[in-house]
Amino acid sequence: MDCRLTVAQTNPALGNVGRNLEEHVTAIEAAIAAGSQLILFPELSLTGYFLKDQTAEVALALDSREIARLLELSRRISIAVGFVERGPDGRIYNSCAFLEDGRVVHVHRKVHLVTYGMFDEMREFAAGDSFATFQSKHGRFGLMICEDVWHVSSGYQHFLDGVDAMLIPSCSPGRGVDHGSKELASERLWRTLLEAHGILFQTWVVYSNRVGWEDGVFFWGGSRVIDPFGIERGRIEGIETGRLEAHITSQELRRARVATPLLRDSKPWLLQKGIERIGRGRGA
Amino acid sequence: MNPLDIHPPLVEQLLVQFLREELASAGFSRAVLGISGGVDSALVAALCARALGPENVLGVMMPYRTSNPDSEGHARLLAKTLGITTKKVEITGMADGYLASLGVTDRMRRGNVMARCRMIVLYDQSVDFKGLVVGTSNKTEILLGYSTQWGDSASALNPIGDLYKHQIYQLSRHLGVPAEILDKAPSADLFEGQTDEGELGFSYADADRLLHHMVDERLTEDELVAAGFQVDFVRRLAARIAATQFKRVMPLIAKLSQRTINQDFRYMRDWGR
Repeated sequence: MDCRLTVAQTNPALGNVGRNLEEHVTAIEAAIAAGSQLILFPELSLTGYFLKDQTAEVALALDSREIARLLELSRRISIAVGFVERGPDGRIYNSCAFLEDGRVVHVHRKVHLVTYGMFDEMREFAAGDSFATFQSKHGRFGLMICEDVWHVSSGYQHFLDGVDAMLIPSCSPGRGVDHGSKELASERLWRTLLEAHGILFQTWVVYSNRVGWEDGVFFWGGSRVIDPFGIERGRIEGIETGRLEAHITSQELRRARVATPLLRDSKPWLLQKGIERIGRGRGA
Repeated sequence: MNPLDIHPPLVEQLLVQFLREELASAGFSRAVLGISGGVDSALVAALCARALGPENVLGVMMPYRTSNPDSEGHARLLAKTLGITTKKVEITGMADGYLASLGVTDRMRRGNVMARCRMIVLYDQSVDFKGLVVGTSNKTEILLGYSTQWGDSASALNPIGDLYKHQIYQLSRHLGVPAEILDKAPSADLFEGQTDEGELGFSYADADRLLHHMVDERLTEDELVAAGFQVDFVRRLAARIAATQFKRVMPLIAKLSQRTINQDFRYMRDWGR
């Protein structure tokens, strides 16, 4: 794997797909001009986040003209884009599509929909049911959308499947300013989570979080690239729109996995047995 | 360290961005607020001046005939420090036009009428200034319901509604609010000698600490008592929060149809923006 990529940190207008699509095209053209082979956008990048009753109104099928426009651009750069997906059976998902060479290579539907506190995703979306990885011409990738990362079983599946990079689109709201902290509580948690994924799963971790405000709630940005040792290789400073360019290669993957052969030593069958044992204990 | 402590530069950055972006979403770049000479409106004025430029902020002083003259003095000092535009609109005529003609003597009713007269002035001035009314209620008073509904609680957006009084002081010091304003006892100045803490019957420091444990940390009553709070104080504040919930929500609408506003017709204010 040898991939030059762009992480786009955008500020979508809420439910205004037309405007957001134009901004995607601009960002994609800029990434192509910068020599990138892949661009990652945030979660729901075509629509914005707190959609409520707009959710169904802005849903797009994979054969929509908006996706077709991006597919055309994907002949020049691979694109991971967030959108509200209207499935063939009418179910609506919080999805990220990976587009390459004019084809839809993979669609990840968010599995762990957030429904507590300020979040209400299970009201709006059907849940995905898979953490399948996929082969791009730039490497083997796994997609997790925001809350998916908080469940270690998601990343563990990507790890067992031997991904080169985890691509993580996100709409993480900023919160937690007490205890005199110079860093938002949400940023501290995410920094720890992302670096831990790099360390535990020895892959590149590419995180795209949006910025901007929706009805008094802001998204804190902090998009970044973490290497397979858990070390940050680049980050967008400030809570502003921007882009980050990074070069991710197999060399670091090889070095990390030789130094500490975690995949070799992992025993997933113990997990399988353990889950069966716990299930039996709970009468399942 | 007080767990309520904030890092003021971080909060300043966020609130400046909030004011700029949410005003822009609504199609505005100017702000109007009442400046009372107190710390809450001083802080909001300072944030607006940083976010929008002082020339885009109108601070309105709205004394009633019994208002403490120090209030206007402190408001003028603040405006001069920040360089914001000011306007003085006496509310005595409009308030007394109603209060005197009906002979209203009840202190609470008189205070509420004054607060609502000020709301009318601010919303009218906001049209003339081509700005939005920015709110100045803090988290402590919103939770305690210590405000007049549709009066001082009315605004288009509020940058400080998630900051406790302790945090208001921290951020105000950071932003250079004059010492005269920081050092005086908080007061709604609706009648002579009124202070917030005198009227509430407890100190802001105690209320902040309890509210933080109760609301933010979600401690149970038993846990709060074990943490050293008096059970009577805990119950009194819990009851007060519940009793004033009506001040924190929009009016109830009787649901009749299949799709009722705010029940199953749900859109954000930033819809499409």
